[in-house]
Amino acid sequence: MTQYQNLFTSVQPVGPVHDGVELPRGDDKRLGTPFLWHLLGRIGNAQIGPVYLGTLGVASLLFGIVAFNIIGFNMLASVDWNPIQLIRQLFWLALEPPPPAYGLSFPPLEQGGWWLIVGFMLTMSIMLWWARTYRRARQLGLGTHVAWAFAAAIWLYLVCGFFRPIMMGSWSEAVPFGIFPHLDWVSALSLRHGNLFYNPFHALSIVFLYGSVLLFAMHGATILAVTRYGGEREIEQIVDRGTASERAALFWRWTMGFNATMESIHRWAWWFAVLCPLVGGIGILLTGTVVDNWYLWSVKHHVVPAYPLVSPTVLDPAILGVKP
Amino acid sequence: MSMLSFERKYRVRGGTLFGGDLFDFWVGPFYVGFFGITTLFFVLCGTTMILWGAAMGPTWNVWQINIAPPDISYGLRFAPMMEGGLWQLITVCALGSFVSWALREVEICRKLGMGLHVPVAFGMAILAYFSLQVVRPVLMGAWGHAFPYGIYSHLDWVSNTAYQYLHFHYNPWHMIAASLFFATTLALSMHGGLVLSATNPGKGQTVKSPEHEDTFFRDLIGYSVGTLGIHRLGLFLALAAVWFGIVCIVVSGPFWTGAWPEWWGWWLNMPIWRT
Repeated sequence: MTQYQNLFTSVQPVGPVHDGVELPRGDDKRLGTPFLWHLLGRIGNAQIGPVYLGTLGVASLLFGIVAFNIIGFNMLASVDWNPIQLIRQLFWLALEPPPPAYGLSFPPLEQGGWWLIVGFMLTMSIMLWWARTYRRARQLGLGTHVAWAFAAAIWLYLVCGFFRPIMMGSWSEAVPFGIFPHLDWVSALSLRHGNLFYNPFHALSIVFLYGSVLLFAMHGATILAVTRYGGEREIEQIVDRGTASERAALFWRWTMGFNATMESIHRWAWWFAVLCPLVGGIGILLTGTVVDNWYLWSVKHHVVPAYPLVSPTVLDPAILGVKP
Repeated sequence: MSMLSFERKYRVRGGTLFGGDLFDFWVGPFYVGFFGITTLFFVLCGTTMILWGAAMGPTWNVWQINIAPPDISYGLRFAPMMEGGLWQLITVCALGSFVSWALREVEICRKLGMGLHVPVAFGMAILAYFSLQVVRPVLMGAWGHAFPYGIYSHLDWVSNTAYQYLHFHYNPWHMIAASLFFATTLALSMHGGLVLSATNPGKGQTVKSPEHEDTFFRDLIGYSVGTLGIHRLGLFLALAAVWFGIVCIVVSGPFWTGAWPEWWGWWLNMPIWRT
């Protein structure tokens, strides 16, 4: 009982490349001659390009490249300009935010000044890319759903690197640039504030993260399972329901007593994905600003039991006026 | 009868894996089948035992109810009911119901003439549960290494287990898994957003085509994976995320007992740096 499960495209029809839907007057020309890459066509579209760059795209890329290079050169400087050591220690290197003593002031360049400049540049790059996402959708006559989903991710980025540090009164609270250093930041934040697992917004955010992965597995698998009925042509299925949608819906109805429709599954998808950074951002913003210790907060609200005190109380040196 | 307008013609007999026509019926919207009966059996047994365990425990506070696995000293033996035996039986029931559910999905797929992608994908989630609760504890020699059943108690387990390896973020497979979890969510938001943006272009505008979808992502990043490809990509990303999650925890303990930051020593000490 062998069945074709449509995991790869085994027969690839090759036709003329598509230059894209016509752009409205006033837009730039698209860049690059589209070409086909056979191996890519085994999984998805074989065509690569063209791309629309435009003013917003160029500006975003410029800011992004400058930010990336400043981070790279700061890391290079930190290993005494030795390129071999840059590669060897790359995962450990960082461009750190200013030390706490500087508060929200502008420190010397090598004391976190570069970090502030990079933060500004990267934020500019991201904001311009957001505007580009919005504008490209509008110019093609599409809704702006992708741009608003992107905005949810930007919210979390700004909470970690901008809003929360300002509310805490110090840039030192922000995230360093670097592979291991940003992971160290995550752990340090969690430990300093009584374990982020006790933060209910963190819990909700993880629910939406895992939920998104679950949803994509369910949705991707369902659509692939009905591709023999044309299920991947979702827009057509939404405006004119076919047997692919009906089978997909009935599969879940018979399995769990409930089903989405071809359109509503994409609303579930969008909301799950968007709520992950949205709720996570709320959780981070409250950490240290409104709630100092999530474990004690959870004990207070009877979410977790108070564990017996086994070690003597240690005074937080910050209470005694010790400055870091 | 809670049937959708088009449902009746799809309710055909056959496609069962076991039991022939005997359990080939629906209750409300639910398909039953032989594996529906076994699912129900395991779910009822498991839930009852969870409630029993909660009743014997110190609290009915839903956040604090906890049913813990046996103490490490029991090794891989059976434990008395109130000292982890319940946990052992609940785990058996959970696995029984998960596998029954997957097989029931296979029967539904066969009825509807669909591919088997959903039950196979669900198999990866079952494998993750099996790896955490059976494979890793067996490799480490005690059921006590598995996670407890409780809302906050399982979070405590994650936290405690992770800090036993000093800093779990340095676990390379955990890094890959976390990146894949984020990538899947990013891809999901872009896919959901793109389909909604094509079908909801704004008041008075016509619904757009897949050509518009492809053009949007080509304009934006130079490549659009396409309507078929995105579902392959999404399924692959999701399954890969879970798979690397399985790897990252099964290596922690059975194959690596040190601190994860120290694991990276091999990279720093490679002979190619000696020049």
